[in-house]
This record gives sequence, C-alpha cells and structure tokens, in this order.
Amino acid sequence: MRFIRLCNPAIRRSFSTFSAPGLFCGKAPIVNSLAPYNLSEKLCDVQKPIPVFQQLDESSNLVPGAEFFSGMSDPDILDLFRLMVKTNVMDNILQDIQRQGRISFYIANFGEEAAQLGSISALKNDDEVWTQYRELGCFLYRGLTTQMATDQTFSTKEEPGKGRQMPIHYTMIEGHMQSVTSPLGTKILHAAGAGYAFKLDKQDRVGVVYFGEGAASEGDFAVGLNFAATLGSQTMFICRNNGYAISTPTKDQYAGDGIAARALAYGLKTIRVDGNDVVAVHNATKAARREIIDSKSPVLLELMTYRRGHHSTSDDSSKYRPPGELEEWSRPGKEPISRFRDLLVDKKIITDEKYEEKLREEFRNEVIACIKNSEKKLRAPIDDCFTDVYAEMPWHLREQLEGLKDHLGRFADKYDMSIYQK
Amino acid sequence: MMHRAAISSPIHLAVREFSTKRSIAFPSTQKATPKGEPTKVTRMNLFQAINSAMKIALETNPRTVHFGEDVRFGGVFRCSMGLADEFGENRVFNTPLSEQGIAGFAIGMAAVGYDVIAEMQFADYIFPAFDQIVNEAAKYRYRAGSTADVGGLTFRAPCGAVGHGALYHSQSVESFFAHCPGLSIVVPRGPKQAKGLLLSSIRSRDPVMFFEPKILYRSAVDDDVPEGDYMLPLGEADIVKKGSEVTLVAWGTQVRRCLEAAADLESQHGISAEVVDLQTIVPWDRETVSRSVAKTGRLVVCHEAPMTNGFGAEIVAEISAKNFLNLKSPAVRVTGFDTPFPLAWEEFYVPNKYRVIDQVIKTVQF
Repeated sequence: MRFIRLCNPAIRRSFSTFSAPGLFCGKAPIVNSLAPYNLSEKLCDVQKPIPVFQQLDESSNLVPGAEFFSGMSDPDILDLFRLMVKTNVMDNILQDIQRQGRISFYIANFGEEAAQLGSISALKNDDEVWTQYRELGCFLYRGLTTQMATDQTFSTKEEPGKGRQMPIHYTMIEGHMQSVTSPLGTKILHAAGAGYAFKLDKQDRVGVVYFGEGAASEGDFAVGLNFAATLGSQTMFICRNNGYAISTPTKDQYAGDGIAARALAYGLKTIRVDGNDVVAVHNATKAARREIIDSKSPVLLELMTYRRGHHSTSDDSSKYRPPGELEEWSRPGKEPISRFRDLLVDKKIITDEKYEEKLREEFRNEVIACIKNSEKKLRAPIDDCFTDVYAEMPWHLREQLEGLKDHLGRFADKYDMSIYQK
Repeated sequence: MMHRAAISSPIHLAVREFSTKRSIAFPSTQKATPKGEPTKVTRMNLFQAINSAMKIALETNPRTVHFGEDVRFGGVFRCSMGLADEFGENRVFNTPLSEQGIAGFAIGMAAVGYDVIAEMQFADYIFPAFDQIVNEAAKYRYRAGSTADVGGLTFRAPCGAVGHGALYHSQSVESFFAHCPGLSIVVPRGPKQAKGLLLSSIRSRDPVMFFEPKILYRSAVDDDVPEGDYMLPLGEADIVKKGSEVTLVAWGTQVRRCLEAAADLESQHGISAEVVDLQTIVPWDRETVSRSVAKTGRLVVCHEAPMTNGFGAEIVAEISAKNFLNLKSPAVRVTGFDTPFPLAWEEFYVPNKYRVIDQVIKTVQF
C-alpha cells in the first residue's frame, strides 16, 4: 500500500511542499530541476503577457453581452462623448494660443480621451483623485468649467492656486481632484495613504491615482503598491500606458510585461485594458472599484493607449516618433473619439450626422469666449506670493513682504503693476 | 590607486588638483595646439558648450558614459545632440524614468572606474536621488579611507528661473547639497565658463554637482569659446567687473543681473560696484571674495534661491568674520523669498536689477 502511494505523483506532490512565512499563501511546491525556471528561454515565450480587456472593437462593434453603461441614462452616456470632444477642442485651441505666446505652456491629451472619461465616470464622485498632468477629461467630468481651466492657464487670481503654478496644473478640491503637480510618481503614494484612511473611516470611498508608464519607473510606484497591498488600502492605481515618456519609448522604460505584471508581483489584482475603448475602460474601472471596496485592498488598471500629441508644447515628437506609427493610432476606430461616436450612432444615441461638428463649434465658441475673459483678468496681488506657505504667515515672510512693498514704492516707475490686483 | 583610465600626462594630473592659477589650461592629448598658433575659437551658446565638453570627455576617455532621461535623441535642452550617434548607445543612453536610479546606477559605474556624466532632467526633480548622492556618493571616499571613491561622477542638472517654470521648473538647489560634505558644486554663468568648468568637473577626483541655468541654454552666447579641450579650475571665483565701493557676489544667471545693476549704479548713481562670479559654490573661493571686500568694504550676495539658509548666508557668515574690520556696513543678501517659486510674481521673486540696486544704495548709505 505504502509503495503504491509513493509512486502516485498526485500523492507524492503533497509531500513536496515548502512552507515559509515569506511565501505567497505560506507555501510553494518544491521542484528538483531548473527546467521550470526557463532560464535559457526568451521571456515573452514563456511568460504569457497579461491579456487586454476589450468590449468595443475598432469597427465600433460591441462584444455580444457586453455591459453598456448600465445604470447610466442616454444623456449621461452622451455626456461622456461630449466631454471627450470637449477635451479635444480645448487641447487644440489652448495649444494654438501657446504657440501664439498668449500662455506660456500647454500639455494636451490627444489620444487618451477614452482612458480618461471611461475611468473617471466609473468612480464615485467623492473618490479622491490624484492625477499626473494628462487628465483634463477627468477634471472636466468632475466639474472643471472651461472658465476655470482658462483662468488657471492664464495665471489669474480666480483659480485656487492663485496663479502660482504653470498652466494645466489645475486644482479642484471641491470635485475631489487634487492639485496637478510636475513631479512624477509622488502621488502614487498619496493615493495609497488616502485609501488606507478611507478604510479606517469605514467609507465607501477609494483613493485613485493616474500616472503614465514612465512615472511607474519611479521608486514611489514600487513603494506605493507595496504599502497599499501590505497595509490594505482602498486604492485604485490607474496607469495610462501611452507608449512614450517624452521621447523615451517603452522599450527603454522597462523589460517586463508592462506595468500590470508588477501589480501581481506586489500582491495586487490587476486588469489590463484597451485604453482607447471607452466601454472597456468604464467596465474594468467599475469592476475594480467593486473589488477594492469588497476586499479592502488595492487594484491596478493598466490602460493601453497612445500619446498622439507631443509631450508638451516644449517638445517636438517628430524628432523621435518612427514613421507611420502616429498615422496608425490616429485612424478612425483606433482613435477613441471616432470609435465611441460610431457606436453611439449605431445605438441611435446620436441621430444627427452633424452632431459632432456642431458640438465642436459650440465648444470652440465657449473656449474662445473664456480665453477672452481670462486674458482680461488680473493676477493675484503680490501679497499672495507670501500667503499659504504656512497656515499663519510667520515673521520672516511678513518682513520679506513688507520689504518688497517698500521696494516697489521706491521704484514704482520701474514696474507695471497694472496686471496685479492691488 | 587609479580607478579611472590613466591619462598619464603630467599636465593632466596637475590640473586635477584645485589649481591656484587663474589662467585657462589647455592640457589636451593628441589635439594640443602647436606652439605659436592662436587657439581656435568659435561661437557657441550654453547648450552647445555643454555638448562640446561632453563630446571631448567621451572622446578623450573611452571609459566615459553619459546617461539620463531622453538624452538619446539629444536631450530636452539639446545638450546631448549627436552624442549617442557618435559614441554608441552603450555609452550614451536613455535610462528609465527614475532620478534615484540615475544616481545609484551612476555611483555604481563610477565606483568601478568609469567617468559618468549623469543628467537629472531638472534640478527640481533631483530629490529622489538625495539619499544616493548624500549618503553614498558624498561619503564614498571618506568611509573607505580613499581606497575607493566615485571621483568620476558628475551630475548635471538644469536649474533656475526660466520665466514660466513656476514651482517645479525654476528651483535653485545648491544649498541642499552645499550642506553635505564630500560634494563639489559648480554653476557656470555662460558658455565659455561652462565648457571649461564642466571638463574640470568631469575630470575632478571628487563627485561634482554641475547646475546649468536653463534660461541661458539658448540666450547666452559667447563668440570666443575655444573649440578644443580646455579646463577652467574649480574652486576659483572670477572677478567679472572691477569696482571700488561694493562687492556683489553671484553665480549663474544672477551674474548678468548684477552686471546690469552695476552698469546702472555707475551711470545713474555714481556707485562703483565689483561683480564676482563665485563659479564654484563648494569649495568656494573665500580668498577672492575676502580680498574684494577688503578693498570695497561692502558685501551684497545675490541668489535666486530662497533667503533662509541660501548659500548667501554662508558667504555672509564667513566674510563678516574674516573682514569684520573692513566692513563699512553689514554684509547682506538679495535673494528669492522664503516661498515656493511662484509663476505669477516671478519678476519680483528673482533678485532683479532694481532690487539689487535698491539694496546697494541702502548699503552704501548705511
């Protein structure tokens, strides 16, 4: 009897287990050869890439049985399309006015409209969101008006940051959108912390962070995921893998299976999504959010998309993009706005064939009017150079402010103070 | 023990010490200018001068590498144009997006004998690398009793106000690193200085932080930058304009503002100001500044970095002690404010020429 049991591989396996607290689930099988480690095989031959979740193909056909924005009315669904178009219209105009020298800087969102609107629309409105800088669509969805946007890009006194930051560095706390800042990856940790706080508070709330695949090379990424998984944070990590970090293509950024594979390594659940498919992005985000709240642990989404524009107005991507690549990702169907529009036409949510044209005209007029308004607005008074550094202005800042005012009094003829509020 | 490819010419070895000589040294190898021939000079802006220095460094020492984010296609400020094509992608390459990675990787290469020119894309982003630089690079030689060092290490980063950089594209960070023993810090004011100082920094036996004022990359042009290999000594300040009634000390872009202020002070207020470019922040040329203040009796240090704990504080502390009996008025500073760098009020934040003139007049009238 004993001899037969030892020969039976199934039974023999149950004796070949290694237990150690450091192991995932506390135990792992023992092997006696190096073959399972595939040492001399090519990595992508032995590690299958994490698959890409898609609901809407590039001909705008919805997968049979795919959830189509359940719980959202037709006007709400149309609103997603409207905001994708609005993001695109704002990008075109604001990038133009930067070239004209009317604002100093701009970062566009070309190609990533579905990644932004698909995900933000599947969150609760009080989920706290940290973005990188390529998420205008998310800000618009949460309530950033065109006027608020141009007030910030023109550094006026009206915006919460009082004109301190570069253009496109929006803040909208009332919409649960934290300040856009330039350093990369830092916010990944912030969302991990906030997600933990929401768990302690027993809230149905998630800490959310958007970042690019470049930012995921920062140390803060590894640490943020590890903290969130180990401590149990209600956090959603959303990576926009758009193919480039300025001029750096993904092949210079990492050697593994993208960003999703790293989530598994740190003990997170992950979904990889076709980032240009707004339906898939929405459904994946919805499912991820449910899992986060149910399990009180983090999930990572990797949205595979493409940066159709330059990194910023300080960049010329023709210097490093391989020929043909941009055209491939811009063609109708691969490009997210047209892909969604054709579905909405199919579903008769859009019935006017000139709908998008009229929409673009409407938004164009709105953006231009807001620009004209913002251009006339004043900058915040020089006192605001010194406020908000601390909750209460300490003596040395007060002294520097007084010193500056004193100087401006003596040299009044040298400065044009008309652009600043008194 | 030599950890880098030996350049055995005695001229090279001499220049590696902090030189007390003020003249430009031309210690090149195969490209030495024959006796009697004038040095070939050319017109370069700051990014071209940096590019030229790196090219010469890569040429003259095959165990030299240059890396950072986006350097392969030429770099976001064009400092690295053509280098990957000329020297190959093994020696000039993009790294993944991580400043701590760039710093640590650079230290590792320097530790085993490479000259490494590691770029941080903006000084504002250098902070993830702070631990590597302060706890590893700066202490490498000291803790090993000079049996090991990372002298081949040079970090380059664009710094300073650029007109629209705001909080995260305008910072001056020299003070954070000046407080860390073991590091050298250099800030050039223009192309001619940048090329010579960068070559000295690369060949220095200590790790160097080389901060380049980004607003000068295109706008600063010198018509007489030597085409070939030359080095300017580290640890030496440069008296850019002689004067008799006040010493203005500055570095980087601020030197230009001080020169403009000095011109107005002379023509409109009859005050003669001496302008000193510190060039090396650590170790700084206290001798030159002290001799100047002994002559003028007045010191005004100007820097973009915030007032509190800016490097001006160090200079004022030292000179107030060393030149106490020379001083006709308190040694003072004109600096950025103790706030993050704000876009909306940049014109006031940087020590513009009017703020400098205002303080000089007060100092002279003390």
